[in-house]
Amino acid sequence: MMRRVVLILVPYLWLLALFLVPFAIVLKISLSDIELSIPPYTPQLDLSEGWEGIKAFFAALDFENFVFLTEDDLYWKAYLSSLQIAVISTVLTLLVGYPMAYAMARAPNHWRPTLLMLVILPFWTSFLIRVYSWMGILSTEGYLNQLLLSLGLISEPLLILNTNVAVYIGIIYTYLPFMILPIYSALERMDDSLLEAAEDLGCSRLTAFWLVTLPLSKNGIIAGCFLVFIPVMGEFVIPSLLGGSQTLMIGKVLFEEFFNNLDWPVASAVAVILLLILIIPIVLFQRNQQKTREAER
Amino acid sequence: MKRLTWFNTTSLTLGFAFLYLPMIILVIYSFNASQLVTVWAGFSTKWYGELLRNEAFLDAAWVTLQVAVVSSTIATVLGTMAAYVLVRAGRFWGRTLFSGMIYAPLVMPEVITGLSLLLLFIGIGLDRGVLTIILAHTTFSMCFVSVVVSSRLVSFDRSLEEAALDLGCSPFQAFRLVTLPIIAPAVISGWLLAFTLSLDDLVIASFTAGPSATTLPIKIWSSIRLGVSPEINALSTILIGIVAVGVVTASLVSKRQLMRQDADEKAAVRAEA
Repeated sequence: MMRRVVLILVPYLWLLALFLVPFAIVLKISLSDIELSIPPYTPQLDLSEGWEGIKAFFAALDFENFVFLTEDDLYWKAYLSSLQIAVISTVLTLLVGYPMAYAMARAPNHWRPTLLMLVILPFWTSFLIRVYSWMGILSTEGYLNQLLLSLGLISEPLLILNTNVAVYIGIIYTYLPFMILPIYSALERMDDSLLEAAEDLGCSRLTAFWLVTLPLSKNGIIAGCFLVFIPVMGEFVIPSLLGGSQTLMIGKVLFEEFFNNLDWPVASAVAVILLLILIIPIVLFQRNQQKTREAER
Repeated sequence: MKRLTWFNTTSLTLGFAFLYLPMIILVIYSFNASQLVTVWAGFSTKWYGELLRNEAFLDAAWVTLQVAVVSSTIATVLGTMAAYVLVRAGRFWGRTLFSGMIYAPLVMPEVITGLSLLLLFIGIGLDRGVLTIILAHTTFSMCFVSVVVSSRLVSFDRSLEEAALDLGCSPFQAFRLVTLPIIAPAVISGWLLAFTLSLDDLVIASFTAGPSATTLPIKIWSSIRLGVSPEINALSTILIGIVAVGVVTASLVSKRQLMRQDADEKAAVRAEA
C-alpha cells in the first residue's frame, strides 16, 4: 500500500509542481501590471498577507492586459492567421501523409520495418536543422531556383523563402511523421478480408476504400491531425526562419513580446488565450488517445 | 503476398524524396569549399576544421550533452513510474488530472511550456542555468517516456508477474526480475527519445537557460537567424551522421535479438519433440 502511494505521488507531485503550478503563475502574471524592473511586473496576489492579501488581489484584479489584446489589431490578426495556417497545413499534411501511410500498410511484410524506420529517422534528427535545410533550398539564389532556372522553366527566381508558402512547406516537412505514424498503425491493424468482402459484394476498389478503409482509419486520422494542429498553433521556429514579415503567428508574437519588448504580463495574457483556444482540441485529443488505448486492450 | 501498386510506389517514392532530399543536399553542401553556401566551388572539409576550432560551439555542445544525459535519465525513471501508475494503479483520487498532465505536454506549444516554467523559476528565485534546463527538459520528456512505456505495459501478460509473486517474490523483486526485463526495450527507447528531445530543444531552453548556460540549439539559432552558414552545414552533417548511425545500429541489434529469440524458440520446440 505504502509503495503504491509513493509510486503515484512522485510523478504526480513532479508534474503538479513543474507543469500545473507554472500555468497558475502565468495566469496570475497575465493579471498583473507591467513595471520597469526585474521581474518586470508588479505581482497582484501576495499570499503571505493572508486573507487581506487575497481581498486586495480581487479588488485590484483587472483584465487590462486582456483588454489591451482585444484593442490591438496585431493580436487578433495573429491568432486568426495562426488558426488559418494551422488548419491549412494540417489538411495539407494529411493529404501528403495519408497516401504514404496507406502505401506503407499495403507494402510487403518484410519491407515494413524498413519503411517505418525511414519515417521515424527524420524524427530523431534535429527539428531546427530540418527547418534550416529548407532555407538553402528556397532562397532566391537557392538550389530550387537554380534548378528551375537551369531547366528554363522560369526566367527569374521565384520568391518563396520569407513567404507563407515556405512556412507551409516547412510545417508539412517537419510534422509529416506525426501524421503518418498514427494513420499507419490504424491501417496496419485492418483486416484485409474486409476489403475482399466489400469487393465480393460488388464495391469498386474506390468505393471499398471510401466505405471500409477510410472509416477504419478514422482514429488514426484524428490523432494525426491533432498531433499536427495543436503544436503548429504555437509554432515559433518555422515562421521565424522561413516566414517573412507578413507571416503573423501567435507563437512568434509571444516570443517577441517576451524577449524583445520585455512585456511579461502581455506575453502571459497571450499565452493564456492561446491555451484557452487549444484546450478543446487538447481534451479531444486525450479522449481519442484513451479510446485507441482501450481498443488495443 | 502483398504487392505495391503503381500508385503506392509513387506516393512512397515522392514522399521519401521529400523527407530526405533536403538533408542530403545539406550534407553534400557541407563539403563545399565556397563561403557562398549555394555556389559549389569544389570539395573541401575546411568548415569541419573551423567548427572544431570554435570554442563557443564546443562549450555549448558540452552543456547540451550534460543536460541531455541527466534529464533523460531522470525522465526515464519518472516516466516509467508514471506509466506504471497509468496502466496498473487502478483508480485513485485525481487520476483524470494525472493522465491529463501526462498527455497535455505531448502537444502543448513549446512557447507556453517555456514561458510558464521560466515564470516559475523566477517566482521561486531559482537562478537560470544548467539546473533549470534539466528540470524543464525532464518535465516534458518524462511524458513521452511514459507514453512509450505504457504502450508496452498494456500488451504485457500480467500472469507472469502474478506467477513470480506466487513463487515468493516481493513486489519489488517481481518488478526487477520479471517486469523490467520485459519492458526494457520500451524503457530504452523512451530514454533515447528523451535524450534526443533534450538535444533538440530550442524554445524551452531559450526560456529556461540563463547567461551562464547556452545549449547547442540556442547557439545554432543565433547564427542561422542571419542566414545559411557553411559552419552550420558542417555541424548539421555531424549531427545527422550520429543519429543515422545510432538508429541503424539500434535497429540491427534489435533485429538480431529477434532472430536469436526465434532460433531459441525453435530449438526449444525441437528439443521437446
